[in-house]
Amino acid sequence: MKIDKNTINRIARLSRIKLDDKESEDYIKDLNSILDWVEQLNEVNTENVEPLSNISSSILPKREDLSNDSNSSEEILENAPDKLEGFFAVPKVVE
Amino acid sequence: MNNLIKGEKHDWEMVIGLEIHAQVKSNSKLFSSSSTKFGSLPNSQVSLVDAAMPGMLPVINKYCVEQAVKTGVGLNAKINNYSVFDRKNYFYADLPQGYQISQYKYPIVGEGKVTIDFKDGTSKDIRIVRLHLEQDAGKSLHDQNPSKTYVDLNRSGVALMEIVSEPDIRTPDEAGMYISKIRSILMYLDTCDGNMQEGSLRADVNISVRKPGDEYGTRCEIKNLNSIKFIKQAINYEAKRQIEILESGGSIEQNTMLFNTSTGKTKPMRNKEEAHDYRYFPDPDLLPLEISKEEIGKIKSSIPELPDELKNKFIETYKLSNYDASVLTAEKQTSDYFNETINSDSELKNHAKIVVNWITSELFSLLNKNNQDLNKSPVSPENLGQLIKLISTNEISGKIAKDVLEDMFSSGKTARQIVDEKDLQQVTDQGEIAKVIDEVIAENPKMVEQYLAGKDKLLGFFVGKAMKLTKGKANPKMLNDILKQKLNKKN
Repeated sequence: MKIDKNTINRIARLSRIKLDDKESEDYIKDLNSILDWVEQLNEVNTENVEPLSNISSSILPKREDLSNDSNSSEEILENAPDKLEGFFAVPKVVE
Repeated sequence: MNNLIKGEKHDWEMVIGLEIHAQVKSNSKLFSSSSTKFGSLPNSQVSLVDAAMPGMLPVINKYCVEQAVKTGVGLNAKINNYSVFDRKNYFYADLPQGYQISQYKYPIVGEGKVTIDFKDGTSKDIRIVRLHLEQDAGKSLHDQNPSKTYVDLNRSGVALMEIVSEPDIRTPDEAGMYISKIRSILMYLDTCDGNMQEGSLRADVNISVRKPGDEYGTRCEIKNLNSIKFIKQAINYEAKRQIEILESGGSIEQNTMLFNTSTGKTKPMRNKEEAHDYRYFPDPDLLPLEISKEEIGKIKSSIPELPDELKNKFIETYKLSNYDASVLTAEKQTSDYFNETINSDSELKNHAKIVVNWITSELFSLLNKNNQDLNKSPVSPENLGQLIKLISTNEISGKIAKDVLEDMFSSGKTARQIVDEKDLQQVTDQGEIAKVIDEVIAENPKMVEQYLAGKDKLLGFFVGKAMKLTKGKANPKMLNDILKQKLNKKN
């Protein structure tokens, strides 16, 4: 697998990251070298081996269905750049 | 049944599949302890997990998992002992994490099916592909300010069950019946409150059209419909739109659409450039979800009687039609009311069909007219049972019983009280009825002549006259019989 200019632009757009030409070139180089390195794993025969989902052998911890009725609004909005009447206010997302 | 739509050159068939999002009825969210209560002040039920603050970790709600398993059993579906939570990545203002925790490759529930019942007595199975657990997003308000969108994260992180059907649905009506059936099952199971107005239950509709017998056409997805009426409208509009494009030689572009409830039209939501690329991958913050056979068994044994079982029981015990039984079992409160009514008197078991009719037509229309709910009906099941018994024992006529029911509805009195007070007992005394008929015949010699000359329709005239004299209380069958006898004797 090789990363080219189109792929890097697509990944950047999906991640909402703006890259200039120089940065794109750098990332193409970096990501390709990472992929090359990971490619080595293909040398191992993994037929009939289940993918490892987690290295921990513990089981998923679960909680009881209890709700805490703390009024969070002030704390949650504390860092909001813009707010109104308890809502976050963000630039309009639809026409 | 003809499910086709007439086109310019040939007929078209709709192919429809539904993705239903049902909010799990729970106290707290899927991965945090914030309350799920509807209608609270904005952002008042948001934990640091729901707001996606750095370093916060999700911990799954055991009860939500059980509710999903329960629902799976109710959908006759396979429960998976092993399932995995994945991240579905996309950017939106009401999704603080930048991804939704969902299930992709390994859902908690696999293939199942539900049955829908048609008025003509036939039924059809709609296959379920899967049910998976996921987080709901926050809510965006777009119409409050010309340049801003307001975001409320109270809904962010509430547990959703997404129920995906195969494209087995062929008409807007079938789509409506399917979602009603799912809603009914969820409400019997008590795993979702089924409130479509508050958005606890909503659906995305996938729809394409084809020539009957052809391969599936290219589909479009209409997002986020929250009423059965809108689902049907949106399907009708979208099918027409697709047929028009195809008939004028164009082709359908796969697209995500929004339905505008005020114009009744669909329009594309995103442009092509931003086509979905969710980059699913297993959430590293969550271990796989494993459920033991014992746990599944325990949940299975806690499942109440479901609409289909109850329907079959009603058909068997009371010899009701498939359709009557499905109307009775569509909502739990209706089947409960029927059960209480029919068990209020041992005689009523032999008159089940009459009981059904009095509930589903007479009582329902009164409730509708007064904008009231069955569980707050001013007429209790016992009182309705008493009224029906008065009819079945011929004490009052069906016609008078309708007036009595209206009276019961507004005054809260029992049927017995009203019948006694107003002296409404049916006249079943042969002699008394005969006397009235003699009177009518004597008063209308010309009519009698015409009747005997072959004008059969005049029978109704005599019945009406005689009924009026008895103030509507004569037993209609006896009145008819005696009247015919007497008139024919004249011949």
